[in-house]
Amino acid sequence: MPEKRILLKYCEELDPQDIVAYEGHEGFKALKKAQKEMSPVDVIEEVKASGLLGRGGAGFPCGVKWELASKSHDGERYLICNADEGEVGTFKDRYIIQNNPFKLIEGMAIAAYAIGTKNVYIYLREEYHYLLGVLQNAVEKTREKGYLDGVEIEIREGAGSYICGEESALMNSLEGKRGEVRFRPPFPPTSGLFQKPTVINNVETLVNVPHIISRGAKWYQEMGTEKSKGTKIFAVSGDVERPGVYEMEMGCELKELVVDLAGADGIKMVQVGGSTGGIVPSSMLTTPLSYETVLGSGAVVVFDESRDVIDFLYRTMEFLNEESCGKCTPCREGSEVMVEILGRMVKGEGVQEDIQLLEDLSNAMMFSSLCGLGQTAAVPVLDTLKYFRNEYEMRINQSVFLRTLMPKTTG
Amino acid sequence: MMGAQGRGRDVLLRMLKDEQAESGYVSEGAIGSIAESMGLTVSEVYGVTTFYSFLSTKPLGRNVIRICKSVPCCMKDAETMIDWIREELGIAPGETTPDGRFTFELTNCIGACDQAPAMLINDEVYGQLTREKISDILKSFE
Repeated sequence: MPEKRILLKYCEELDPQDIVAYEGHEGFKALKKAQKEMSPVDVIEEVKASGLLGRGGAGFPCGVKWELASKSHDGERYLICNADEGEVGTFKDRYIIQNNPFKLIEGMAIAAYAIGTKNVYIYLREEYHYLLGVLQNAVEKTREKGYLDGVEIEIREGAGSYICGEESALMNSLEGKRGEVRFRPPFPPTSGLFQKPTVINNVETLVNVPHIISRGAKWYQEMGTEKSKGTKIFAVSGDVERPGVYEMEMGCELKELVVDLAGADGIKMVQVGGSTGGIVPSSMLTTPLSYETVLGSGAVVVFDESRDVIDFLYRTMEFLNEESCGKCTPCREGSEVMVEILGRMVKGEGVQEDIQLLEDLSNAMMFSSLCGLGQTAAVPVLDTLKYFRNEYEMRINQSVFLRTLMPKTTG
Repeated sequence: MMGAQGRGRDVLLRMLKDEQAESGYVSEGAIGSIAESMGLTVSEVYGVTTFYSFLSTKPLGRNVIRICKSVPCCMKDAETMIDWIREELGIAPGETTPDGRFTFELTNCIGACDQAPAMLINDEVYGQLTREKISDILKSFE
């Protein structure tokens, strides 16, 4: 299956700073249609009917989020565009902002119209400070052209924190607090930023919206699988010839993406969805990419046969442990102990009980953590235990054996 | 409504970043005065400052190097890049050169995995690093 560039059409062809060029390629057509021919309820119904699910990783139905917020009795509402793309291996939102910022602003303007708010934030990660100019330009030009209809779009920058891509942590950060996650309920559409009804959408989700409005939910529905409609933008890195951003129809095979397009060879495994994403071994490369199988943020990291599973896991867990916000114990302490166990294995100090310990801890973290980080931190552990258990066992057995050869210390 | 619990507090992150841009870091004194001006406790402002990896309570150099150490960059030899920078500058991650020209830090994924190994210096991304490239890049900073 070749690439299907719908969201990324005209990317790298048009000047991302030039609003006239954007207008000349159907730009703002969807926004005008929404404002002139559709009521906010019509827009929400269209997005609901399209089946668009959140592209940040969690996959919540976009239209349902909008509907919940729009029905709130509180007139003061917020829309937040989540541009805190911190998930390891993910750089699709960066690419969208760099190449198609006006599409994002158009999507946000439609969302604001549907929800009934003039208060819009873009939360941009500090690591992407170099995108601020192109984003500001897009907001300014769109406002000057009169498309925003009083909608105020304010860009706020983070200060270096992975967890702030998690929506409740993001809101705390926007409120000037530590980016710790919140207990839910209440959910953001009921009580979010400043305790007001809030919709938080990922950059890619919002970029889908203009296409759905101009071409209709029926057109959109025809792409993808039963539960995963439309296209998905993947960021491919690791052991591939051609790392980069690829847009594919939902349901395409992993092999089509990593082998046919990105040029991977001698694959051992692929992690899909970021640091907490699922692991697909080489024997399962025909796995379709969709919400029903593996997808997440769209990060696709390819590992060839030379790569060591335990080393990869250790680094991944070190990352999650560093970025855990620390609010809930299972994640804060659990990830710490995971690093300890995996670190032991990496250094050749593993013991037989470690595998069972990893499994027990994984289950506890998944069951009791407060947010997605802790709940899914164990996914790569459990997946590699499922497909590469022999590597764990071999590493431990070798370590145990080597230790028997070492001279015994006295005492 | 202004004050600790309501709107108004949301400018805190911006204030801390401005302070860092101006003074090179967020000192204890700055934390104290920001806390006082906003009606927040020192502990609260210190807590926010230390939560975010790009804010520093220690003086930073004029330029901050942040080498990405996440998995996609590691697969492209980020550790060798770290060693080279260590050699070039004579400092370890977490340290600042005595002349204050560079602070050298490690960071998590910066979303430049397609250009791995990559680093940020101040706000700029430098990818597909090689030894020669690193030398040239470092030379271009005052």
